[in-house]
Amino acid sequence: MIRATDLRKHFRVHKRPPGLAAAVRSLWHRKYETVKAVDGISFAIARGERVGFLGPNGAGKTTTLKTLSGLLHPTSGTVEVEGHTPFRREGAFLRQITLVMGQKQQLLWDLPPADTFAMNRALYDVPVAQFDATMKELTELLDLGPLVTKPTRQLSLGEHMKCELACALLHRPTTLFLDEPTIGLDVSMQLAIREFIRDYNQRHEATVILTSHYMEDVVALCPRVIVIDGGRLIHDGDLRGLIKTMHPGKLVSFTLTAPMADDELARLGAITREGNRVVVQIAEAALREAVGHLLASASVTDLSIEDPPLEVVMRALFKDGAAPATT
Amino acid sequence: MSLRSTARAVPQLLRTGLAETVAYRAEFVVWMLTTTLPLVMLGLWTSVAADGEFRGYSSPDFVAYYLAALIVRNLTGSWVVWQINDEIRRGILAMRLLRPVHPFVAYAASHVAAVPLRGLIALPVTVILLATTARDSLTHDPLQIALILPSLAGAWLLTFAFLFGLGCLAFFIDKSMALLDVYFGVFAVLSGYLIPLSMLPSWLPTVARWLPFRFMLSAPVEVITGRELGAGGAAQLVALQWGYAALILALALALWRAGVRRFEAVGG
Repeated sequence: MIRATDLRKHFRVHKRPPGLAAAVRSLWHRKYETVKAVDGISFAIARGERVGFLGPNGAGKTTTLKTLSGLLHPTSGTVEVEGHTPFRREGAFLRQITLVMGQKQQLLWDLPPADTFAMNRALYDVPVAQFDATMKELTELLDLGPLVTKPTRQLSLGEHMKCELACALLHRPTTLFLDEPTIGLDVSMQLAIREFIRDYNQRHEATVILTSHYMEDVVALCPRVIVIDGGRLIHDGDLRGLIKTMHPGKLVSFTLTAPMADDELARLGAITREGNRVVVQIAEAALREAVGHLLASASVTDLSIEDPPLEVVMRALFKDGAAPATT
Repeated sequence: MSLRSTARAVPQLLRTGLAETVAYRAEFVVWMLTTTLPLVMLGLWTSVAADGEFRGYSSPDFVAYYLAALIVRNLTGSWVVWQINDEIRRGILAMRLLRPVHPFVAYAASHVAAVPLRGLIALPVTVILLATTARDSLTHDPLQIALILPSLAGAWLLTFAFLFGLGCLAFFIDKSMALLDVYFGVFAVLSGYLIPLSMLPSWLPTVARWLPFRFMLSAPVEVITGRELGAGGAAQLVALQWGYAALILALALALWRAGVRRFEAVGG
């Protein structure tokens, strides 16, 4: 169980205007500003849940993750992870968690990943038999193969991230904090990592907390999302619920095989048109009738019905700044 | 993590540290070349003493002193201050903090692992030179010879703990590396790295005798060369050195604890 109660993390930041005069003035007269990176958020996450943290840059997602993993001391409020207070960083706590940050590495740069794996085995005091079994499992799931004996500096970004993930999971943590784990990876590698995370979650009943700018990661992995903006929690609940609240209705896409006037289409809902391809946003109550009407029309083909993309929902959410009802 | 688990991790940390040292071989050799100041001073002072003793030092005394200083410097020098500073400033210290072994142990193990290789490069030539050109300026007392290793270990720990503490200042000061230049200036003079402490002017030798810097370099050199010490004096010196090492280590770890509370784990 992870529980944060009225969690706050404020930073004191030195501010000065640009220019030489301001630089000289700041020698004896420094101005500081308090940045409220996390400003009173509360949530509880049960064992085995997969939760996505969403929010624009600087929203406070990574700060929350760092506080949950014990890297940062909260300014106020309480945090509890599997019965531990994270910032105390007790051995028993550190052995239960892992934090993967897409932009930071723990692999030793000039040595093959196998050397870092061996070091982590010793640091986490993992029995050799368990280490061998885990290594076998991770090699299979992540298709590591010969990568582990190649110098880390010679690995591609995708190979590197796979090895980072393996390294972070060697001690079989039960709580995974994943901060942008697919950043910079190509689509097929993103897919592989996503599948791996879901599989690990199911095999080990591990709790997964994920932040990602790739909405596909969140959609594919996280039934529940916590949305943070300006350090405050603005939504905590079902991902579909968020989409429905922010963007009621469905997107119906189809291709026109014969011309059809925009006025006629606009009767169904808000339309977006690109050549013959049309997307109409239709309210759920009117969906059945509208789709029936479209299918009956001889000039419509290739029709599909989808939820609005999460990117669109998030854009609307952060543009409006309006907090939807927390579920 | 328990002490037993930490102890079990140390052999692997040493192996990894050695593998890293070998991987960074070019950087390693360059770093070793930067510790050759004693050789420059050796050339200078042996020519000063060519016509007779200078301030109580004959030419072989200077050879013994500076070659011993070279050995001590090579075996006890540390780059941990750059490492910590860089890791704090770039936020990558986060990865160390997430591991269940105190980062001090991990840093120390990786530095200890480099010592055998440094010894392998620095010791053969210097020991042969010492034995052939300055044999009479070295101690022959077996008890004092037995204290050489503990004094080298004490100097290593004291230097490492001091520089670890200095590195921790990056938690509090943005440009803490500027202090390293101040440290190195003070160290060069008050540790005996530049000239033997007894040759310092006026009241400085008295002050230097009681400051920690002496125990980082001059103390093991004094044990090796045996000037005015004797086994009893050498034992007292080593005891004082280990006392200083324990004190500085405690201060450095306190600084670490206070610093980690302020760590902002920037980036990412």
